[in-house]
Amino acid sequence: MPLKILVTAKRVEDPESRIQVRPDGAGIVTEGVNYRMNPFDEIAVEEALRLREKHGGEVVAVGIGGEPALSEVKAAVAMGADRGLLVRHDGPLDPPAVSALLAGVFERERPDLVVLGKQSIDDDQNQVGQYLAERLDLPQATCASKLESLESEAEKRRQPGLLLSADGRTLEVTREVDGGVELVALQLPAVVTCDLRLNKPRFASLPGIMKSKKAVIPQLAAATLAPDLAPRVVVRSLTAPPARQGGVKVADVEELWRRLHDEAKVL
Amino acid sequence: MPNVLVVLEHASGSLRKAARCALGAGQQLAARTGGTFHAALLGAEVAAAAQEAAAAGATVHAVAEPRFTPYLAEQHAPTLAELARAIPAAWIVGAATAQGKDLLPRVAARLGAGAATDVLAFGGEGEAVTLRRPMWAGNVIADVEIATPVKVLTIRPTEFAPAPPAPGGAVVPARGADAPAAAKIRFLSFQPVKSERPELTEARVVVAGGRGTKGNFGPVEALADALGGAVGASRAAVDAGWVPNDLQVGQTGKVVAPDLYVAAGISGQIQHVAGMKGSKVIVAVNKDADAPIFQVADYGLVADLFEALPALLEKVKASR
Ligand SMILES: Cc1cc2nc3c(=O)[nH]c(=O)nc-3n(C[C@H](O)[C@H](O)[C@H](O)COP(=O)(O)OP(=O)(O)OC[C@H]3O[C@@H](n4cnc5c(N)ncnc54)[C@H](O)[C@@H]3O)c2cc1C
Ligand SMILES: Nc1ncnc2c1ncn2[C@@H]1O[C@H](COP(=O)(O)O)[C@@H](O)[C@H]1O
Repeated sequence: MPLKILVTAKRVEDPESRIQVRPDGAGIVTEGVNYRMNPFDEIAVEEALRLREKHGGEVVAVGIGGEPALSEVKAAVAMGADRGLLVRHDGPLDPPAVSALLAGVFERERPDLVVLGKQSIDDDQNQVGQYLAERLDLPQATCASKLESLESEAEKRRQPGLLLSADGRTLEVTREVDGGVELVALQLPAVVTCDLRLNKPRFASLPGIMKSKKAVIPQLAAATLAPDLAPRVVVRSLTAPPARQGGVKVADVEELWRRLHDEAKVL
Repeated sequence: MPNVLVVLEHASGSLRKAARCALGAGQQLAARTGGTFHAALLGAEVAAAAQEAAAAGATVHAVAEPRFTPYLAEQHAPTLAELARAIPAAWIVGAATAQGKDLLPRVAARLGAGAATDVLAFGGEGEAVTLRRPMWAGNVIADVEIATPVKVLTIRPTEFAPAPPAPGGAVVPARGADAPAAAKIRFLSFQPVKSERPELTEARVVVAGGRGTKGNFGPVEALADALGGAVGASRAAVDAGWVPNDLQVGQTGKVVAPDLYVAAGISGQIQHVAGMKGSKVIVAVNKDADAPIFQVADYGLVADLFEALPALLEKVKASR
């Protein structure tokens, strides 16, 4: 059963870049910061591609943001997505707004499955997939993972971690939860958000990159999909976290023990 | 008056520690807003946990129905939203656990509410409550305000003390919302990580290993056991399949704040530090004197963990 899959590709600060609050507290310093696709979204794109490779179908990548967010949609096409779409919105977006826009895209595209990251590494909210599922009255599986490790044979063979039933109607998902892992079966269409252990995303191939350069990515004005995008979660100010004072280096285990026992009194 | 509703997570008959911390946060909020203080418990068996929550002064809406166990967001959200409307509650509080993060946004969507994840503390004045929460892996602390009439949040359990006893609590049986006949999701199974050790987020001592263990967690586990502690891990160790995912500490794993955190063979990348920098005392054992973990460690030892941990274990044993 071929699947039509909608997958999200958000532009975020590179986790390797140094993030600092601007002196006025109204944002972060952007000079010298690199941008890339949210790492969890790369996992989502990878999973969508594996499902398509196994079952056939189409992968549509969607990004939401300003003009620069086009690069991440193209990055998804370079990895192998069949086509891309940019919902244009300049200005702040929160999970209620993003999910309203994705719901609009869902109505137009009518995919069998929406795959997202579990969390954006900039706002760290972990909400969009859940909001989207509720808006569309669809079942959700957050923090999708798999039992096999990222070093396993199954992973080397690029097997999808999400298991489609023979009739193509339900999807079995392993979820990371507190205290273990859980298995649920979702009736399609459904929403899945990806955790770190679902897969190791591929690098874009050279032909993939060439294709993405030439690809025409349609742009949709956000206002055509959702009328009210005013943030529900308003960021008032940003500050640097209290710095933790680095302590001392101890000479040996003997000193470490003495310090922990006599000074810190934790042992 | 803006009333407060705390969504409670329970396991084997009692409240999870995170739920008691959420109750603590709920008490604070109710005191700030002057509203009434409510809690919701859904499950096949909730009586004992409901008593615990009532002891914190909450009016506990206890919904005892088999269909709420095991937990599924699709099942719980409609009932919680209906309860919130009936009270009516302006603040809905949960804990930022796997379940809380799965469920609360879904409840928020039903109520047209904005939501904040991982709240560290409350700011602002009087009824105008702002929320402090980490962004960019804790590199930034944001002060946010939720602009919708109903406001939803999950608190970081390490930042709020469990609710102290308070008068005025009661348990009120409640009914679950009508559910659609054919469920779109089915729970199939749960595979617990079996461990004799204390739970990572509740342990007084955590000994964590990283890539530096090269897959041999023996010395880490031996020290943890001697100290009655839990074992933690970096993402590198979990990704390699050396330890279960449940042990990952960090931005995208568990947030812990034990009295003692020992990081062995962990470099101390920001994503890891985000999950343990609230610990009282941090010890780092690393071969590389320049590893960033030493910038957050109270006591740093530049050494091979395969020599240092067993030696420390001997000291611990000798002192008994
Ligand atoms: C989106 C995203 C989310 C992430 N979330 C998390 C998270 O939640 N938690 C997390 O931990 N990471 C997370 N990471 C990964 C993080 O950036 C680091 O890659 C990871 O923490 C590194 O693990 P490590 O310190 O074990 O390995 P390394 O960085 O490889 O460090 C190994 C250390 O061991 C030392 N060592 C080697 N041998 C010995 C020995 N014999 N004795 C003593 N020391 C030795 C080395 O000097 C080195 O410092 C995330 C990354 C991204 C991009
Ligand atoms: N602006 C955006 N464009 C595309 N996808 C997004 C955007 N914001 C959030 N998402 C998706 O929603 C997931 C969860 O985000 P969040 O709830 O913000 O942590 C991310 O991993 C993305 O897959």
